[in-house]
Amino acid sequence: MHKNVSKIPFKGTPEQKEKLMAVIAGTNGDKSLLMHVMQEAQEIYGYLPYEVQVMIAEGMDVPLEKVFGVATFYAQFALSPKGEYDVSICLGTACYVRGAQAVFDEVSKTLGIGAGECTPDGKFSLDACRCVGACGLAPVMMINGEVYGRLTPEKAKEIIESIAAK
Amino acid sequence: MVHYNASLEDTEFYKLQRRVVLRNCGVIDPESIDEYIAVDGYAALGKALTSMTPAQVVDEIKASGLRGRGGGGFPTGMKWSFTAAQNNPVKYVVCNADEGDPGAFMDRSVLEGDPHCIIEGMALCGYATGAHEGYVYVRAEYPIAVKRLGKAIEDARAYGLLGKDIFGSGFDFDLYLRLGAGAFVCGEETALMTSIEGNRGEPRPRPPYPAVSGLFKKPTTENNVETFANVAQIILNGADWFASVGTERSKGTKVFALGGKINNTGLVEVPMGTTLRQIVEVVGGGIPNGKHFKAAQTGGPSGGCIPASMIDIEIDYDNLVAQGAMMGSGGMIIMDEDTCMVDIAKFFLQFTVDESCGKCTACRIGTKRLYELLEKITDGKGTLEDLDTMETLCRYIKDNSLCGLGQTAPNPVLSTYSRFPEEYKAHVVDKKCPAGVCKSLLTYVIDPEKCKGCTACARVCPVGAISGTVKEPHVIDAAKCIKCGSCMERCKFGAISKK
Repeated sequence: MHKNVSKIPFKGTPEQKEKLMAVIAGTNGDKSLLMHVMQEAQEIYGYLPYEVQVMIAEGMDVPLEKVFGVATFYAQFALSPKGEYDVSICLGTACYVRGAQAVFDEVSKTLGIGAGECTPDGKFSLDACRCVGACGLAPVMMINGEVYGRLTPEKAKEIIESIAAK
Repeated sequence: MVHYNASLEDTEFYKLQRRVVLRNCGVIDPESIDEYIAVDGYAALGKALTSMTPAQVVDEIKASGLRGRGGGGFPTGMKWSFTAAQNNPVKYVVCNADEGDPGAFMDRSVLEGDPHCIIEGMALCGYATGAHEGYVYVRAEYPIAVKRLGKAIEDARAYGLLGKDIFGSGFDFDLYLRLGAGAFVCGEETALMTSIEGNRGEPRPRPPYPAVSGLFKKPTTENNVETFANVAQIILNGADWFASVGTERSKGTKVFALGGKINNTGLVEVPMGTTLRQIVEVVGGGIPNGKHFKAAQTGGPSGGCIPASMIDIEIDYDNLVAQGAMMGSGGMIIMDEDTCMVDIAKFFLQFTVDESCGKCTACRIGTKRLYELLEKITDGKGTLEDLDTMETLCRYIKDNSLCGLGQTAPNPVLSTYSRFPEEYKAHVVDKKCPAGVCKSLLTYVIDPEKCKGCTACARVCPVGAISGTVKEPHVIDAAKCIKCGSCMERCKFGAISKK
C-alpha cells in the first residue's frame, strides 16, 4: 500500500512520550504486541511519524524496518497527521464526470500539498475519497465532515482561502 | 430454549428461519454474563469438563457434521482431531473474527450480541484439543464488538469460567484479544496468525498446516466466529440434534447477510438445504420495484453467482461449489436485470487488487492485469481474443497463488463469464451493456415526441453536446457527450433515456 510520509516537523510532547513508554513497558518484552503498541501510539500522537516509529523500535527492541513494514502494510496506520481542517474531495464517478479532478487540482495547488499530505502549519490535510453519497450536489468536498457542493475550481479555492484567513 | 413471540415467528420473514447461531442476539443483554448463564450459557462447558473426555468432545463435534463457517467448509471435528493428535504441551485456539468481505456482518452480530458463546466455544475447543490459550483476532473497525468481547472475557475470568482449574476439573484456559488494522488478507488463516505474531499479515505456505505448526509455530486450531457459536449448542443438545437439521453433507443452519436488490435486507439464519427461491421470495420478500431476479452472488470477492435458472438450488456447501460459487462467510448479494455482470466482476476484482498483500507474483500482478482486461471490456475496447486471455489468466492466478485470496480472486470473473457469456460478448462484439450500467457503452438520446424544446438540458450540459432551438426537439451529439446524466436528471418531461 502506498503511503505518503509526512515532511512536517515532529511536535511530540514529553507527556506523549511518557504515555507511549508506559504502553511499551506494559508489554513486558512480548514483541508480538508490536501492532498493539502501534495502535496505542497512533491514539496518542494521531499518526505514526518517523520519530515515533524509532521510539517504538528502540523501546521494544525490534528493527525499525519491521515497524515501518507493519505501518505500511495495514490501512489503519497513518504516516501523515490530519490537519486542523481535514479536506476530503470526492473523486467518485458522479463527481468525477462533473469536474472533480479540476477542483482537486485547484485545491491541491492552493494548499501546496497532494493527497494524503498535511500543510506544514498543520492547518489543512488533503485527501481524495470515493463517493460521500451526495452525488446530487456533485462535485463535492468535505471539510471536517461538512459537505460543500456544486463546486467549481474557483468556488473551492474561495472556500479554502476563507478558512485559511480565519 | 428461547421462545419468540408467536406472531413474530409466523411472519414471512421468520417462518423459514431457524435461529441457532443468532438465538441470543437481541434476546439477552450481551454485557451481562448472568443473562447468558440464564439461557444455559456455560452449561455445555460444564458438561464437557465434568463428564466428557477431550476425545469424546472431538467425537461429538465430528458426529454432528459441523463444517467450517468461514467459507471453505472443512469438517470442524476433523480439524480439531488433527491438533488433538499433536504431542505438544503448548497449543493454541484462534478465533477468526476478521470479517472483511464487503457487505457481510454475521460475525459482528454474534460478537456484539452474544460474545459469551464464542468464549464458551473456544474453551470447549481448547479442552478438546489440549490447548490452554486462545486468541480472538477482531478487526479494529468493530469497536463495539471489541468492547463487548473484552468485557465478556473479564466477566468470565471473574466467574472462574476462564483461568485456572475451570469447574474444578483441573483444566486451565485463558483468552486474549488481538485487533486487526485493516487488511483483508488477514482473514486467511496463516496470514492471521502471522499478524497476531506482530508482523505484516502475509500468508505462509502450507504444509506445515496450522494443526502442526501454526501460531508461534505451535499446533493451532483456527475457526471462524460462526463455527464457534455452534459448538456449545452441539455439546449441550447432542450431535444428533444438530445433525437433524440440514442436508446430507451440510448440517445445521447458516447465517446470510442478505443485501442488494431485495426487499428485506439484513441477517437471516436458515437451515442448510433451504432453496435460494425460498430465501429470495419468502425470507427476502422478493425483488423491489417489480424487477426480476437475475442472480445471487455468494462468497464475496472469492465467490461466484447463481443465475435465475438455478433458483431452486438447495443451498449447501457442495451444491454451491458444484455451481462454481461458494458458501463463503455468508454474504449474499441479490441482483436484478439492472445489474451488469461484467461490472460486478470488475467491482470485486478492484477489491482484490487493493487488498492483495503483494507477496506472490500471481496474485499481485495477475489480479491487476485481469482488472485491466475487464476495464478494457467495460470501456468497449475489448476483443474476443481478450475474453480468451481473460480465461487463461484466471486459471493461471488460481493455480499459482500462495493463499486463498489469490486462489479464489478470479472466481467472480469465471463464474459470471460461464453463466452470462452473452453479456460479455455484448460488451465486446456489439459494444453494448445490456443492463445499461457501463457508461462508455451507453448513449443518451432525446425522444423527439416527448421533448418540448424547453432548453433546460442544453443549459445544464457541461460540454455543450445538446443543440436545438426553443420549442423544437433537441438532439444530443454522441461524440461530444461525456455521459454524465445531468440532462436526464434535469428533464421534466422524461424525454431523455440511456440505451
